[in-house]
Amino acid sequence: MKHKKITVGLASCGISAGGDTVYKTFEELLSQNKGSGAELGKTGCIGACFREVLVDLTDEKGTYTYAEVTPEKAKEIFEQHILNNEPIKDYLMSDLESSQEASFFSKQKRIVLRNTGVIDPENIDHYIMRDGYKSIEKVLKSMSREEVRDVIKKSGLKGRGGAGFSTGMKWDFASKEVSDKKYMVCNADEGDPGAFMDRSVLEGDPHSVLEGLSIASYAIGADEAYIYVRAEYPLAIKRLIIAIEQAKERGYLGKNILGSDLSIEIKLKIGAGAFVCGEETALIASIEGKRGMPTIRPPFPAVSGIWGKPTIINNVETLANVPYIIFHGWEGFASIGTENSKGSKVFALTGKIKKAGLVEVPMGVSLREVIFDIGGGIKKDKKFKAVQLGGPSGGCIPGDLLETPVDYQSLMATGAIMGSGGMVVMDEDTCMVDVAKFFMNFVRDESCGKCTFCRIGTKRMHELLVKITEGKGVDEDINKLMELAYNVKDSSLCGLGQTAPNPVLTTLKYFRHEYEEHIKNKKCRSKVCKPLLTYTINTEACTGCMACVKKCAVDAIIGEKKKPQSIIQEKCIKCGSCYSVCTFDAVNVE
Amino acid sequence: MDKELDSLLDKYRHMQGNTIAILQGVQNLYQYLPEKALLRVSEYNNIPLSDIYGVATFYSQFKFKKPGKFQIKVCHGTACHINNAVRISEIIEEELEIKPGDTTADGKFSLDEVACLGCCSLAPVIMINEQVYGNLDDKKLRKVLKSY
Repeated sequence: MKHKKITVGLASCGISAGGDTVYKTFEELLSQNKGSGAELGKTGCIGACFREVLVDLTDEKGTYTYAEVTPEKAKEIFEQHILNNEPIKDYLMSDLESSQEASFFSKQKRIVLRNTGVIDPENIDHYIMRDGYKSIEKVLKSMSREEVRDVIKKSGLKGRGGAGFSTGMKWDFASKEVSDKKYMVCNADEGDPGAFMDRSVLEGDPHSVLEGLSIASYAIGADEAYIYVRAEYPLAIKRLIIAIEQAKERGYLGKNILGSDLSIEIKLKIGAGAFVCGEETALIASIEGKRGMPTIRPPFPAVSGIWGKPTIINNVETLANVPYIIFHGWEGFASIGTENSKGSKVFALTGKIKKAGLVEVPMGVSLREVIFDIGGGIKKDKKFKAVQLGGPSGGCIPGDLLETPVDYQSLMATGAIMGSGGMVVMDEDTCMVDVAKFFMNFVRDESCGKCTFCRIGTKRMHELLVKITEGKGVDEDINKLMELAYNVKDSSLCGLGQTAPNPVLTTLKYFRHEYEEHIKNKKCRSKVCKPLLTYTINTEACTGCMACVKKCAVDAIIGEKKKPQSIIQEKCIKCGSCYSVCTFDAVNVE
Repeated sequence: MDKELDSLLDKYRHMQGNTIAILQGVQNLYQYLPEKALLRVSEYNNIPLSDIYGVATFYSQFKFKKPGKFQIKVCHGTACHINNAVRISEIIEEELEIKPGDTTADGKFSLDEVACLGCCSLAPVIMINEQVYGNLDDKKLRKVLKSY
């Protein structure tokens, strides 16, 4: 029988969708059918999270991707495709030519994700087979430190963590410093709620990050590097540990890399959960074992970082780009994207979107293309309201700005930011005041407390938003919010505080009418803010099943059995229990 | 208790900036940070207890109460929030009769709200110990809770 290969997508999402059990099912089937000649492997995130569990099956004709695989389907696939050479068409994700899934991949440009979902991240040979570690080889054989920095500068690569500063220039700063010791740091403290790009890269292609980190260390003259990774990503940590071990064994890390005089030691630092540690000076304090509180810049970390030594911090995605640029030359990279924003950007496309997943697009495509062409549009074909970019430091972009191209300047002009890549899509059922309240609650919680305006201002802003969503808002609250927002922006030391008011400012800019409705009309058009809702029972639809009566905690529903019920408004606490328990759609919400 | 703790402290003895790593080690041993253990850390490393407490309270990972056998984390990231994570929290609080940060009287469950578990495409999501449950609704969630 011909050789076949089964590859199961086992990133965190795939595993939680049941990938582990599917993998085990195949493992059992293979041990029962030793003559099948098939082999089993795993890979990282294939990207199409909306169809997990994904299984790739490669035979002599090509690769078939099976979607939404369960252990039962796995058994059928094994019997029909592996043993009898008959692919099961109904279970395939698509034939990529004709189906709607085609656009999900065809509009993407995979640089950072070039290996994610393709290789087994726990096997260094897979990485090497796809030109892995060739860039560090090229660098060590034929390039000076200055040449490496020059290539990165010319490529136009900018930091993918949010701020968008030129990576090559940053490296220059540290290389100019004279010091007996320099540090290189990979920032993998992906804290933005709604973002999982870095996790997917670390889980799917850890070696590309290690290679990028080694090249960066060489370029600035560091011999020690840290990867600061969140404790919430156990699988990423596990795969990094495996990757570091394997790279050391093969001589790509450690002492005298590939026989040269370059030595690099990479250490993992596990973050303990603090959003502010994504900020460079706070991250350094945390690596030193202290409270992660930002310090005044200058001195910049490139001059005085970990233990007072020159330190460069780059984000995961930035570093994963580096081996690609070295291998393909700066021209290859700079030819992708726009005038001012080169290359590609990875986004975690989530929220009320049909095809949630991990996507990588060339800079310059419009938000509409990402959301509607790649993402397939809004769930249940509801109306698009806004897209949130950049997490708590970013903002909400409304429908009439959907043609905005994805590049640093254009996004900044809307009041949002490129950010690290979280892209949360919101529909008509999302209340923008509630979204602002959500983010304010987040930054209020995560403020380190050093600066007065950030510590107390965000708290006051959150209180005002709670007041408005509870229907107790008054006209002047909007002005108060604006005033506080500008004060927090102007009087905070670090990026977290300076950008904390952005979600409020952008929602006020584009959705002021929703604030005004909450305040003046005491209405929430999206039916999210419960204190502003009125629950009534439609007497025609109600069958008198009494399910809601049993559920009501305050006995606000009255009526006879088998007859329509009614709600006593004075007693109702608007908990929504009757609405969610009713199977006849008889509870109305206004 | 002391033997394991001391070997942990030995391991990190000469490492610069080891406080967070030690606290993570202590929490691995006891699932939380017992006062006694923190006193020992302070004594052994000659760091004031107030400094250690300062670091421990800064990071959300560290706990000062013993968690339940099954630790439930409800994700309140952006994607989960707009997919009704508030309702998910309400149901768990109702079923287990505890508030976030608490442990049930029998020590079986403890409940926490977290910022983002990074599984946004499966929103709304909860995590029980290491297992992630996604695409939850009322019914599915109650079924998951019953399975423990």
